[in-house]
Amino acid sequence: MIRLIALRELRSLFVMPSTWFVFAALQFIFAWFFLNALQTFLDFQPQLAQIANAPGVTVIIAAPLFNMVALLLMMLVPMFTMRLIAEERRNQTLALLMSSPISSRHIVLGKFFGLLVFLLALTCSIPLMLYSLAPGTHLDHGLLLGNCIGLLLLTASYVALGLYISSLTAQPIIAALGAVAVLAGLWLADLGASAPGSPWHLASPLHHFRNFNNGLLDSGDAAFFVLFSAAFLLLAMRRIDNNR
Amino acid sequence: MSHATTEITLSARHLTRSFGSQTVIRDISLELKRGEVLGLLGHNGAGKSTTMQMLTGCLLPDDTGTKKCSIEVCGIDLLRHPALAKAHIGYLPETPPLYRELGVDDYLAFAARLRGMQPAKVADALALTKQRCGLTAVGHKIIGTLSKGYQQRVGIAQAIIHQPDVIVLDEPTVGLDPSQIREVRTLIRELGDAHSVILSTHLLGEVVSICDRVEILHRGTLVYSGTTAELDSHGGVAGNLEENFIRLTESQETEAQP
Repeated sequence: MIRLIALRELRSLFVMPSTWFVFAALQFIFAWFFLNALQTFLDFQPQLAQIANAPGVTVIIAAPLFNMVALLLMMLVPMFTMRLIAEERRNQTLALLMSSPISSRHIVLGKFFGLLVFLLALTCSIPLMLYSLAPGTHLDHGLLLGNCIGLLLLTASYVALGLYISSLTAQPIIAALGAVAVLAGLWLADLGASAPGSPWHLASPLHHFRNFNNGLLDSGDAAFFVLFSAAFLLLAMRRIDNNR
Repeated sequence: MSHATTEITLSARHLTRSFGSQTVIRDISLELKRGEVLGLLGHNGAGKSTTMQMLTGCLLPDDTGTKKCSIEVCGIDLLRHPALAKAHIGYLPETPPLYRELGVDDYLAFAARLRGMQPAKVADALALTKQRCGLTAVGHKIIGTLSKGYQQRVGIAQAIIHQPDVIVLDEPTVGLDPSQIREVRTLIRELGDAHSVILSTHLLGEVVSICDRVEILHRGTLVYSGTTAELDSHGGVAGNLEENFIRLTESQETEAQP
Protein backbone atom coordinates (compact mmCIF):
# COMPACT_ATOMS: atom_id res chain seq x y z
CA MET A 1 0.00 0.00 0.00
CA ILE A 2 2.88 2.35 0.79
CA ARG A 3 4.34 1.56 -2.63
CA LEU A 4 0.98 2.16 -4.30
CA ILE A 5 0.66 5.63 -2.77
CA ALA A 6 4.31 6.43 -3.53
CA LEU A 7 3.83 5.43 -7.17
CA ARG A 8 0.67 7.53 -7.43
CA GLU A 9 2.59 10.48 -6.04
CA LEU A 10 5.39 9.98 -8.59
CA ARG A 11 2.93 9.56 -11.44
CA SER A 12 1.12 12.76 -10.52
CA LEU A 13 4.45 14.59 -10.40
CA PHE A 14 5.66 13.32 -13.76
CA VAL A 15 2.45 14.03 -15.69
CA MET A 16 2.71 17.72 -14.81
CA PRO A 17 4.72 19.79 -17.29
CA SER A 18 5.92 22.09 -14.53
CA THR A 19 7.78 19.20 -12.90
CA TRP A 20 9.78 18.58 -16.05
CA PHE A 21 10.52 22.28 -16.35
CA VAL A 22 11.82 22.47 -12.78
CA PHE A 23 13.76 19.26 -13.36
CA ALA A 24 15.48 20.68 -16.42
CA ALA A 25 16.17 24.07 -14.86
CA LEU A 26 17.78 22.45 -11.82
CA GLN A 27 20.00 20.21 -13.93
CA PHE A 28 21.16 23.37 -15.69
CA ILE A 29 21.90 25.09 -12.37
CA PHE A 30 23.73 22.04 -10.99
CA ALA A 31 25.83 21.79 -14.15
CA TRP A 32 26.59 25.52 -14.03
CA PHE A 33 27.88 25.29 -10.46
CA PHE A 34 29.85 22.16 -11.28
CA LEU A 35 31.56 23.75 -14.28
CA ASN A 36 32.21 26.91 -12.27
CA ALA A 37 33.92 24.92 -9.52
CA LEU A 38 35.88 22.96 -12.12
CA GLN A 39 37.04 26.23 -13.73
CA THR A 40 38.17 27.56 -10.35
CA PHE A 41 40.16 24.40 -9.73
CA LEU A 42 41.84 24.59 -13.13
CA ASP A 43 42.72 28.26 -12.59
CA PHE A 44 44.32 27.57 -9.21
CA GLN A 45 46.00 24.31 -10.21
CA PRO A 46 49.47 25.89 -10.74
CA GLN A 47 49.43 27.48 -7.28
CA LEU A 48 48.12 24.29 -5.67
CA ALA A 49 50.98 22.33 -7.20
CA GLN A 50 53.46 24.43 -5.17
CA ILE A 51 51.76 23.76 -1.79
CA ALA A 52 52.80 20.67 0.09
CA ASN A 53 49.77 18.50 0.97
CA ALA A 54 47.42 20.62 -1.14
CA PRO A 55 43.63 19.93 -1.09
CA GLY A 56 42.59 17.52 -3.85
CA VAL A 57 40.13 17.94 -6.65
CA THR A 58 37.28 16.31 -4.72
CA VAL A 59 37.62 18.71 -1.79
CA ILE A 60 37.71 21.75 -4.03
CA ILE A 61 34.92 20.76 -6.40
CA ALA A 62 32.63 18.23 -4.70
CA ALA A 63 32.37 19.69 -1.18
CA PRO A 64 31.23 23.21 -2.26
CA LEU A 65 28.91 21.67 -4.86
CA PHE A 66 27.16 19.46 -2.30
CA ASN A 67 26.98 22.35 0.15
CA MET A 68 25.33 24.52 -2.48
CA VAL A 69 22.82 21.75 -3.35
CA ALA A 70 22.00 21.37 0.35
CA LEU A 71 21.15 25.08 0.56
CA LEU A 72 19.20 24.96 -2.70
CA LEU A 73 17.14 22.00 -1.49
CA MET A 74 16.22 23.95 1.63
CA MET A 75 14.31 26.36 -0.61
CA LEU A 76 13.19 23.75 -3.10
CA VAL A 77 11.87 20.85 -1.03
CA PRO A 78 9.03 22.94 0.50
CA MET A 79 7.80 23.68 -3.04
CA PHE A 80 7.30 19.96 -3.52
CA THR A 81 6.12 19.04 -0.02
CA MET A 82 3.47 21.76 0.05
CA ARG A 83 1.26 19.74 -2.28
CA LEU A 84 1.49 16.45 -0.43
CA ILE A 85 -1.37 16.77 2.03
CA ALA A 86 -2.53 20.40 1.89
CA GLU A 87 -3.52 20.11 -1.75
CA GLU A 88 -5.27 16.79 -1.21
CA ARG A 89 -7.23 18.46 1.53
CA ARG A 90 -8.09 21.46 -0.62
CA ASN A 91 -9.14 19.33 -3.60
CA GLN A 92 -11.06 17.00 -1.25
CA THR A 93 -9.12 14.00 -2.55
CA LEU A 94 -8.03 13.20 1.00
CA ALA A 95 -11.52 11.69 1.47
CA LEU A 96 -10.56 8.94 -0.98
CA LEU A 97 -7.54 8.00 1.13
CA MET A 98 -9.42 8.38 4.41
CA SER A 99 -12.30 6.14 3.33
CA SER A 100 -9.93 3.46 2.02
CA PRO A 101 -8.80 0.49 4.11
CA ILE A 102 -5.40 2.00 4.87
CA SER A 103 -4.03 3.78 7.92
CA SER A 104 -2.41 7.17 8.23
CA ARG A 105 0.94 5.34 8.40
CA HIS A 106 0.49 4.18 4.81
CA ILE A 107 -0.53 7.64 3.64
CA VAL A 108 2.35 9.46 5.30
CA LEU A 109 5.08 6.93 4.46
CA GLY A 110 3.79 6.51 0.89
CA LYS A 111 3.99 10.22 0.29
CA PHE A 112 7.34 10.50 2.06
CA PHE A 113 9.03 7.79 0.01
CA GLY A 114 7.37 8.88 -3.22
CA LEU A 115 8.78 12.38 -2.95
CA LEU A 116 12.13 11.12 -1.67
CA VAL A 117 12.55 8.92 -4.75
CA PHE A 118 11.73 11.90 -6.94
CA LEU A 119 14.29 14.09 -5.20
CA LEU A 120 16.90 11.33 -5.48
CA ALA A 121 16.30 11.20 -9.22
CA LEU A 122 16.65 14.98 -9.25
CA THR A 123 20.00 15.02 -7.41
CA CYS A 124 21.57 11.84 -8.78
CA SER A 125 23.07 13.92 -11.58
CA ILE A 126 25.51 15.46 -9.08
CA PRO A 127 27.56 12.32 -8.28
CA LEU A 128 27.32 11.42 -11.96
CA MET A 129 28.84 14.75 -12.96
CA LEU A 130 31.61 14.36 -10.40
CA TYR A 131 32.38 10.82 -11.56
CA SER A 132 32.78 12.15 -15.08
CA LEU A 133 36.12 13.47 -13.76
CA ALA A 134 37.24 9.95 -12.82
CA PRO A 135 38.97 9.12 -16.13
CA GLY A 136 41.17 12.23 -15.82
CA THR A 137 42.05 12.33 -12.16
CA HIS A 138 42.00 10.47 -8.88
CA LEU A 139 38.77 11.04 -6.89
CA ASP A 140 38.31 10.69 -3.14
CA HIS A 141 35.54 8.07 -3.09
CA GLY A 142 35.15 8.25 0.70
CA LEU A 143 34.41 11.96 0.63
CA LEU A 144 31.93 11.52 -2.22
CA LEU A 145 30.15 8.68 -0.43
CA GLY A 146 29.97 10.69 2.80
CA ASN A 147 28.45 13.62 0.92
CA CYS A 148 25.92 11.42 -0.89
CA ILE A 149 24.75 9.79 2.35
CA GLY A 150 24.62 13.17 4.05
CA LEU A 151 22.58 14.67 1.23
CA LEU A 152 20.15 11.74 1.30
CA LEU A 153 19.61 12.07 5.05
CA LEU A 154 19.32 15.85 4.81
CA THR A 155 16.72 15.58 2.03
CA ALA A 156 14.75 13.03 4.06
CA SER A 157 14.64 15.40 7.03
CA TYR A 158 13.49 18.29 4.82
CA VAL A 159 10.74 16.14 3.29
CA ALA A 160 9.54 14.92 6.70
CA LEU A 161 9.34 18.48 8.04
CA GLY A 162 7.60 19.74 4.90
CA LEU A 163 5.15 16.85 5.01
CA TYR A 164 4.22 17.64 8.60
CA ILE A 165 3.67 21.33 7.89
CA SER A 166 1.63 20.38 4.82
CA SER A 167 -0.59 18.26 7.06
CA LEU A 168 -1.39 21.29 9.24
CA THR A 169 -3.16 23.36 6.62
CA ALA A 170 -5.43 23.21 3.59
CA GLN A 171 -3.50 25.91 1.73
CA PRO A 172 -0.43 24.67 -0.19
CA ILE A 173 1.10 28.17 -0.27
CA ILE A 174 0.90 28.45 3.51
CA ALA A 175 2.51 25.02 3.79
CA ALA A 176 5.36 26.07 1.50
CA LEU A 177 5.97 29.36 3.30
CA GLY A 178 5.78 27.64 6.68
CA ALA A 179 8.32 24.98 5.74
CA VAL A 180 10.72 27.52 4.20
CA ALA A 181 10.37 29.71 7.29
CA VAL A 182 11.17 26.85 9.67
CA LEU A 183 14.10 25.54 7.62
CA ALA A 184 15.59 28.97 6.96
CA GLY A 185 15.00 29.89 10.61
CA LEU A 186 16.93 26.83 11.80
CA TRP A 187 19.71 27.60 9.34
CA LEU A 188 19.98 31.28 10.36
CA ALA A 189 19.84 30.40 14.06
CA ASP A 190 22.72 28.01 13.44
CA LEU A 191 24.72 30.70 11.62
CA GLY A 192 23.91 33.36 14.18
CA ALA A 193 24.65 31.38 17.33
CA SER A 194 28.22 32.28 18.20
CA ALA A 195 28.80 30.00 21.19
CA PRO A 196 30.24 26.66 20.02
CA GLY A 197 27.98 24.58 22.30
CA SER A 198 24.78 26.51 21.55
CA PRO A 199 21.65 24.32 21.29
CA TRP A 200 20.77 26.08 18.04
CA HIS A 201 23.61 24.21 16.37
CA LEU A 202 22.16 20.90 17.50
CA ALA A 203 18.70 21.69 16.13
CA SER A 204 19.83 22.66 12.63
CA PRO A 205 19.90 19.96 9.93
CA LEU A 206 22.47 21.91 7.93
CA HIS A 207 24.84 21.96 10.91
CA HIS A 208 24.71 18.17 11.06
CA PHE A 209 25.28 18.00 7.31
CA ARG A 210 28.59 19.85 7.71
CA ASN A 211 30.44 16.79 9.03
CA PHE A 212 29.17 14.68 6.13
CA ASN A 213 30.22 17.52 3.82
CA ASN A 214 33.78 17.29 5.17
CA GLY A 215 33.79 13.53 4.67
CA LEU A 216 33.28 12.68 8.33
CA LEU A 217 30.67 9.98 8.99
CA ASP A 218 29.44 10.66 12.52
CA SER A 219 26.80 8.27 13.84
CA GLY A 220 25.52 11.10 16.04
CA ASP A 221 24.73 13.21 12.99
CA ALA A 222 23.12 10.26 11.24
CA ALA A 223 21.03 9.57 14.35
CA PHE A 224 19.92 13.22 14.39
CA PHE A 225 18.59 12.97 10.83
CA VAL A 226 16.81 9.68 11.50
CA LEU A 227 15.21 11.01 14.69
CA PHE A 228 14.32 14.35 13.10
CA SER A 229 12.61 12.63 10.15
CA ALA A 230 10.87 10.01 12.30
CA ALA A 231 9.58 12.64 14.73
CA PHE A 232 7.96 14.74 12.01
CA LEU A 233 6.56 11.71 10.19
CA LEU A 234 4.96 10.52 13.43
CA LEU A 235 3.56 14.00 14.07
CA ALA A 236 2.10 14.03 10.55
CA MET A 237 0.43 10.64 11.14
CA ARG A 238 -1.02 11.85 14.42
CA ARG A 239 -2.23 15.02 12.78
CA ILE A 240 -4.06 13.08 10.06
CA ASP A 241 -5.59 10.74 12.63
CA ASN A 242 -6.69 13.49 14.98
CA ASN A 243 -7.97 15.86 12.36
CA ARG A 244 -11.09 13.81 11.73
CA MET B 1 -36.89 -15.92 1.72
CA SER B 2 -33.16 -16.33 1.92
CA HIS B 3 -31.22 -15.07 4.88
CA ALA B 4 -29.18 -12.67 2.75
CA THR B 5 -32.08 -10.35 1.99
CA THR B 6 -32.42 -9.22 5.58
CA GLU B 7 -28.70 -9.03 6.36
CA ILE B 8 -27.82 -5.70 7.98
CA THR B 9 -24.80 -4.21 6.22
CA LEU B 10 -24.53 -0.88 7.99
CA SER B 11 -25.58 0.00 11.47
CA ALA B 12 -24.77 3.26 13.21
CA ARG B 13 -25.85 4.10 16.74
CA HIS B 14 -25.93 7.36 18.67
CA LEU B 15 -23.73 9.45 16.41
CA THR B 16 -23.01 12.92 17.72
CA ARG B 17 -20.56 15.40 16.33
CA SER B 18 -19.77 18.99 17.08
CA PHE B 19 -17.35 21.45 15.51
CA GLY B 20 -16.15 23.76 18.23
CA SER B 21 -19.19 24.76 20.28
CA GLN B 22 -21.64 24.04 17.48
CA THR B 23 -23.29 20.63 17.59
CA VAL B 24 -23.93 19.58 14.01
CA ILE B 25 -25.22 16.05 14.55
CA ARG B 26 -27.31 15.02 17.57
CA ASP B 27 -27.73 11.36 18.45
CA ILE B 28 -28.41 9.85 15.04
CA SER B 29 -28.95 6.13 14.56
CA LEU B 30 -29.21 4.49 11.16
CA GLU B 31 -29.59 1.00 9.84
CA LEU B 32 -29.23 -0.31 6.32
CA LYS B 33 -30.08 -3.74 4.93
CA ARG B 34 -28.63 -5.49 1.92
CA GLY B 35 -30.51 -4.70 -1.27
CA GLU B 36 -31.89 -1.45 0.09
CA VAL B 37 -31.55 2.12 -1.12
CA LEU B 38 -31.81 4.63 1.70
CA GLY B 39 -32.29 8.33 1.01
CA LEU B 40 -30.98 10.89 3.47
CA LEU B 41 -33.10 13.96 2.92
CA GLY B 42 -32.69 17.40 4.36
CA HIS B 43 -32.20 21.11 3.77
CA ASN B 44 -28.80 22.59 3.12
CA GLY B 45 -26.74 22.44 6.29
CA ALA B 46 -28.94 19.80 7.92
CA GLY B 47 -25.90 17.57 8.49
CA LYS B 48 -26.21 15.11 5.60
CA SER B 49 -22.59 15.33 4.50
CA THR B 50 -21.27 15.23 8.06
CA THR B 51 -23.27 12.07 8.73
CA MET B 52 -21.86 10.45 5.61
CA GLN B 53 -18.33 11.43 6.52
CA MET B 54 -18.80 9.69 9.85
CA LEU B 55 -20.26 6.57 8.24
CA THR B 56 -17.18 6.25 6.01
CA GLY B 57 -14.58 6.91 8.68
CA CYS B 58 -13.51 10.30 7.33
CA LEU B 59 -14.78 11.97 10.48
CA LEU B 60 -14.87 10.55 13.98
CA PRO B 61 -18.08 10.78 16.02
CA ASP B 62 -17.74 12.52 19.37
CA ASP B 63 -17.58 10.40 22.47
CA THR B 64 -20.31 11.98 24.57
CA GLY B 65 -19.97 9.49 27.40
CA THR B 66 -23.70 9.08 28.00
CA LYS B 67 -24.54 6.85 25.05
CA LYS B 68 -22.03 4.53 23.45
CA CYS B 69 -21.70 5.39 19.78
CA SER B 70 -20.85 2.66 17.32
CA ILE B 71 -20.66 2.12 13.58
CA GLU B 72 -20.70 -1.40 12.21
CA VAL B 73 -20.11 -2.28 8.57
CA CYS B 74 -20.99 -5.89 7.73
CA GLY B 75 -20.58 -6.73 11.40
CA ILE B 76 -17.12 -5.13 11.68
CA ASP B 77 -16.64 -2.24 14.08
CA LEU B 78 -15.50 0.75 12.00
CA LEU B 79 -14.06 2.63 14.96
CA ARG B 80 -12.05 -0.31 16.30
CA HIS B 81 -11.00 -2.01 13.05
CA PRO B 82 -11.11 0.79 10.48
CA ALA B 83 -8.98 -0.99 7.87
CA LEU B 84 -11.15 -4.14 7.84
CA ALA B 85 -14.43 -2.26 7.83
CA LYS B 86 -13.48 0.32 5.20
CA ALA B 87 -12.78 -2.46 2.66
CA HIS B 88 -16.58 -2.90 2.48
CA ILE B 89 -17.32 0.78 1.83
CA GLY B 90 -17.43 2.78 -1.37
CA TYR B 91 -17.74 6.53 -0.85
CA LEU B 92 -18.47 9.41 -3.17
CA PRO B 93 -18.02 12.68 -1.21
CA GLU B 94 -19.78 15.93 -2.06
CA THR B 95 -16.83 16.94 -4.24
CA PRO B 96 -15.62 13.91 -6.21
CA PRO B 97 -12.11 13.03 -4.93
CA LEU B 98 -10.40 13.18 -8.31
CA TYR B 99 -6.73 13.52 -9.10
CA ARG B 100 -7.30 15.83 -12.03
CA GLU B 101 -3.87 15.28 -13.57
CA LEU B 102 -4.35 11.51 -13.98
CA GLY B 103 -6.08 9.62 -16.78
CA VAL B 104 -9.47 8.00 -16.08
CA ASP B 105 -8.11 4.42 -16.38
CA ASP B 106 -5.07 5.14 -14.21
CA TYR B 107 -7.18 6.82 -11.57
CA LEU B 108 -9.81 4.07 -11.38
CA ALA B 109 -7.13 1.36 -11.26
CA PHE B 110 -5.46 3.26 -8.42
CA ALA B 111 -8.77 3.54 -6.56
CA ALA B 112 -9.41 -0.21 -6.97
CA ARG B 113 -5.93 -1.14 -5.71
CA LEU B 114 -6.25 1.34 -2.85
CA ARG B 115 -9.43 -0.40 -1.71
CA GLY B 116 -7.47 -3.63 -1.45
CA MET B 117 -8.39 -5.28 -4.75
CA GLN B 118 -6.02 -7.95 -6.10
CA PRO B 119 -3.96 -6.63 -9.06
CA ALA B 120 -5.11 -9.53 -11.28
CA LYS B 121 -8.78 -8.60 -10.84
CA VAL B 122 -8.42 -4.89 -11.49
CA ALA B 123 -8.59 -5.05 -15.31
CA ASP B 124 -11.95 -6.85 -15.32
CA ALA B 125 -13.42 -4.61 -12.63
CA LEU B 126 -12.22 -1.55 -14.54
CA ALA B 127 -13.88 -2.65 -17.78
CA LEU B 128 -17.15 -3.51 -16.02
CA THR B 129 -17.28 -0.28 -14.03
CA LYS B 130 -16.50 1.89 -17.04
CA GLN B 131 -19.26 0.20 -18.96
CA ARG B 132 -21.74 0.67 -16.08
CA CYS B 133 -20.92 4.35 -15.67
CA GLY B 134 -20.70 5.13 -19.40
CA LEU B 135 -17.00 5.93 -19.29
CA THR B 136 -15.76 3.50 -21.94
CA ALA B 137 -15.11 6.23 -24.49
CA VAL B 138 -13.11 8.48 -22.17
CA GLY B 139 -10.78 5.92 -20.56
CA HIS B 140 -7.61 7.53 -21.88
CA LYS B 141 -8.59 11.13 -21.26
CA ILE B 142 -7.15 13.24 -18.45
CA ILE B 143 -9.75 13.74 -15.71
CA GLY B 144 -9.15 17.49 -15.56
CA THR B 145 -10.21 17.89 -19.19
CA LEU B 146 -13.56 16.14 -18.72
CA SER B 147 -16.84 17.99 -18.24
CA LYS B 148 -18.46 18.23 -14.82
CA GLY B 149 -20.94 15.46 -15.64
CA TYR B 150 -18.22 13.04 -16.67
CA GLN B 151 -16.17 13.91 -13.60
CA GLN B 152 -19.18 13.09 -11.46
CA ARG B 153 -19.46 9.74 -13.24
CA VAL B 154 -15.78 9.02 -12.57
CA GLY B 155 -16.53 9.85 -8.95
CA ILE B 156 -19.34 7.29 -8.88
CA ALA B 157 -17.13 4.76 -10.67
CA GLN B 158 -14.37 4.99 -8.03
CA ALA B 159 -16.99 4.34 -5.33
CA ILE B 160 -18.29 1.12 -6.89
CA ILE B 161 -15.25 -0.36 -8.67
CA HIS B 162 -14.31 -2.69 -5.79
CA GLN B 163 -17.87 -4.04 -5.44
CA PRO B 164 -18.38 -2.78 -1.89
CA ASP B 165 -21.25 -4.00 0.29
CA VAL B 166 -22.14 -0.47 1.34
CA ILE B 167 -22.12 2.39 -1.15
CA VAL B 168 -22.31 5.90 0.27
CA LEU B 169 -23.13 8.59 -2.27
CA ASP B 170 -23.25 12.25 -1.27
CA GLU B 171 -25.50 14.10 -3.73
CA PRO B 172 -24.66 11.82 -6.66
CA THR B 173 -26.71 13.64 -9.30
CA VAL B 174 -25.48 17.18 -8.70
CA GLY B 175 -24.19 18.83 -11.86
CA LEU B 176 -25.63 16.29 -14.26
CA ASP B 177 -27.99 17.05 -17.11
CA PRO B 178 -31.50 15.47 -17.09
CA SER B 179 -30.64 12.47 -19.28
CA GLN B 180 -27.51 11.79 -17.21
CA ILE B 181 -29.56 12.06 -14.03
CA ARG B 182 -31.86 9.38 -15.36
CA GLU B 183 -28.90 7.13 -16.20
CA VAL B 184 -27.36 7.59 -12.79
CA ARG B 185 -30.68 6.88 -11.07
CA THR B 186 -31.05 3.66 -13.08
CA LEU B 187 -27.49 2.74 -12.09
CA ILE B 188 -28.19 3.36 -8.41
CA ARG B 189 -31.34 1.23 -8.60
CA GLU B 190 -29.27 -1.54 -10.17
CA LEU B 191 -26.61 -1.23 -7.48
CA GLY B 192 -29.31 -1.34 -4.82
CA ASP B 193 -30.25 -4.88 -5.84
CA ALA B 194 -26.99 -6.51 -4.83
CA HIS B 195 -25.44 -3.91 -2.50
CA SER B 196 -26.86 -1.42 -0.07
CA VAL B 197 -26.82 2.20 -1.06
CA ILE B 198 -27.21 5.28 1.09
CA LEU B 199 -27.47 8.57 -0.73
CA SER B 200 -28.06 12.11 0.35
CA THR B 201 -30.11 14.62 -1.57
CA HIS B 202 -32.26 17.66 -1.17
CA LEU B 203 -34.39 16.70 -4.16
CA LEU B 204 -37.68 15.03 -3.25
CA GLY B 205 -38.13 13.63 -6.74
CA GLU B 206 -34.91 11.71 -6.42
CA VAL B 207 -36.11 10.07 -3.23
CA VAL B 208 -39.40 9.04 -4.80
CA SER B 209 -37.81 7.56 -7.89
CA ILE B 210 -34.99 5.54 -6.36
CA CYS B 211 -35.20 5.13 -2.61
CA ASP B 212 -36.89 2.32 -0.68
CA ARG B 213 -36.65 4.17 2.60
CA VAL B 214 -36.22 7.79 3.67
CA GLU B 215 -34.64 9.40 6.69
CA ILE B 216 -35.24 13.11 7.02
CA LEU B 217 -32.55 15.08 8.74
CA HIS B 218 -33.19 18.50 10.18
CA ARG B 219 -30.68 20.56 12.13
CA GLY B 220 -28.67 17.51 13.04
CA THR B 221 -31.49 15.30 14.24
CA LEU B 222 -33.54 12.63 12.49
CA VAL B 223 -37.11 13.88 12.31
CA TYR B 224 -38.62 11.16 10.19
CA SER B 225 -37.85 7.63 9.22
CA GLY B 226 -39.97 5.35 7.07
CA THR B 227 -40.54 3.98 3.63
CA THR B 228 -41.02 6.29 0.69
CA ALA B 229 -44.66 5.22 0.41
CA GLU B 230 -45.28 6.05 4.07
CA LEU B 231 -43.86 9.55 3.71
CA ASP B 232 -46.19 10.00 0.77
CA SER B 233 -49.21 9.62 3.02
CA HIS B 234 -47.68 10.87 6.29
CA GLY B 235 -50.11 13.04 8.20
CA GLY B 236 -53.10 12.09 6.08
CA VAL B 237 -52.29 14.22 3.05
CA ALA B 238 -51.85 11.38 0.62
CA GLY B 239 -49.82 11.94 -2.50
CA ASN B 240 -48.40 15.22 -1.33
CA LEU B 241 -44.81 14.44 -0.57
CA GLU B 242 -43.54 17.98 -0.76
CA GLU B 243 -46.10 19.34 1.70
CA ASN B 244 -45.31 16.54 4.11
CA PHE B 245 -41.60 17.21 3.90
CA ILE B 246 -41.99 20.91 4.50
CA ARG B 247 -44.43 20.36 7.36
CA LEU B 248 -42.05 17.91 9.02
CA THR B 249 -39.12 20.26 8.93
CA GLU B 250 -41.13 23.35 9.81
CA SER B 251 -42.86 21.82 12.79
CA GLN B 252 -39.38 21.11 14.17
CA GLU B 253 -38.46 24.73 13.65
CA THR B 254 -41.38 26.01 15.72
CA GLU B 255 -40.59 23.54 18.50
CA ALA B 256 -36.99 24.65 18.54
CA GLN B 257 -37.90 28.33 18.81
CA PRO B 258 -40.96 28.64 21.03
